[in-house]
Amino acid sequence: MAKELLKGNEAFAEAAIRAGCEGFFGYPITPSTEFLEHMARRMPQLGRAFVQAESEVAAINMVYGAACAGKRVMTSSSSPGISLMMEGISYIAGTEVPAVIVNVMRGGPGLGNIAPSQGDYYQMVKGGGHGDYFPIVLAPASVQEAIDFISLAFDLAEKYLNIVYVIADGNMGQMMEPAELPPMRELPKEPPAWAVTGAKGRKPNILSSIYINPPDEEVTNIRLVKRWLEIEKNEIRFSEYLMEDAEFAVIGFGTAGRVATTAIRAARQEGIKVGLFRPITLAPFPKEQVAEISRRVKRILVVEMNSGMMLEDVAAAVQGRVPVEFFGRMGGVTPFPDEILDEIRRVAANKRPVNWNARAEWIARLEQIVAEGK
Amino acid sequence: MNETSIIISGFGGQGALFAGQVLAYAALDNDLNVTWIPSYGPEMRGGTAHCTVIISEDAIGSPLVRNPDVAVVLNLPSLDKYEKLTRSGGVLVANSSLINRDLSRNDLRHAYLPANEIAEEIGLARLANMVMLGGMLGLDPILTLEMVKKALDEHMPERHRKTIPMNYEAIERGYSLCAKESASIKS
Repeated sequence: MAKELLKGNEAFAEAAIRAGCEGFFGYPITPSTEFLEHMARRMPQLGRAFVQAESEVAAINMVYGAACAGKRVMTSSSSPGISLMMEGISYIAGTEVPAVIVNVMRGGPGLGNIAPSQGDYYQMVKGGGHGDYFPIVLAPASVQEAIDFISLAFDLAEKYLNIVYVIADGNMGQMMEPAELPPMRELPKEPPAWAVTGAKGRKPNILSSIYINPPDEEVTNIRLVKRWLEIEKNEIRFSEYLMEDAEFAVIGFGTAGRVATTAIRAARQEGIKVGLFRPITLAPFPKEQVAEISRRVKRILVVEMNSGMMLEDVAAAVQGRVPVEFFGRMGGVTPFPDEILDEIRRVAANKRPVNWNARAEWIARLEQIVAEGK
Repeated sequence: MNETSIIISGFGGQGALFAGQVLAYAALDNDLNVTWIPSYGPEMRGGTAHCTVIISEDAIGSPLVRNPDVAVVLNLPSLDKYEKLTRSGGVLVANSSLINRDLSRNDLRHAYLPANEIAEEIGLARLANMVMLGGMLGLDPILTLEMVKKALDEHMPERHRKTIPMNYEAIERGYSLCAKESASIKS
């Protein structure tokens, strides 16, 4: 299939359909609404399930139920809507059924605004709901990657009976870019053996997240942790740009990583040997790769559209081997390449010891930038 | 690296976003990399609407720029905003039908086009955006006139197809006014 000019959210939704999504349950919220609108048009045409629920709480519980029935199902929303879903997400995790959730993140906390953000990093990567569970988190940086990762998300969810988040931001949801959609996959003919499908002629399957007896819950927890260790071993994904000879590494994901690419090209023109490491799986986080980078570069700059959340995962992997600095914009502000270029210049010129509070220094610089009206 | 960033800005309803999409389609059809990203949200409801288009021979990093190479401004608020931001030596095309002031800087290649009047002469007032797009191509041939006309032909929604000849006329009128001006600047 040839490349077409595709609009983010619509392309993501169509990618889910092509990947065999059998049911979509959601509630509209900017900047993710076009995803739901596309599903509303297309799913009934294909004889598949679409429900606009009365709330996000209802939507995620519909996802839960349909996932228990062995169907390939998903929802999409944006930050405040995802927060509302957290209880159901934890139940899905505890029941060990697959589900794909797309979060087109916006500025917060609270009602915040509808502009692009990466402020849900902790919520997505560290779980968000209650209890011991580990979601897989994929962070695309282009419309094409989002299309590809939505397919991948369903496969990973089913392989590991796990929650998979695909996290984008308003930029990616709203932009148009040439991309190629995959061919339509065939839907599975038989539900998986664990699904609740009526138990006709077989023993009933029981799916639940209730383990009243603590030792039983602990057995489940052990299973979830072992599964996560397996995921960590098999599913780390990342992208590198100009890292071969890099003396300085920028680490950023999604839109922030993409914006950094432009700054890195400009810095290279000035003779600064800088490259980009872009984690694609934020969970499992590519710790070993970041550790390896910290053994061969002089300094690391983490760039995010939040207050320095992945920064902490990077710092944990670097273990003080080299200084880790931070630059971020918040509240729905997307950094421009020239701001990141300024930061690369600063980091390249600034031979300082390891700094354990990059966030405090950054916030002082950011206040200056904001005061200048940038 | 050959990369051009363009911001097209106007009131909601003036067709700034569509003009950007036509450009994006033309880039796609000619195997160039392109991103098109709109302003979205409250500012689209009644205020200004703008889109950023980046066209490049290489993979595109940031889809947003602070200082565009080219600004196409369809109204006064857009001129006020993007005149300051356009990079030095860049290009600015302004809609003189709705803008009654001169530029306050002299380091931009620029043109003023009475886009609304031209569109009305053609017989379809909402084609001011295409006049301006043509003007931009005349001043800075990022893509050829033929590429953009072909993109319009191939991607115009079915319900608007009957307006294609008028769209062509609008683009050509803008183009020829600015190509002349561009030639005189160069000489």
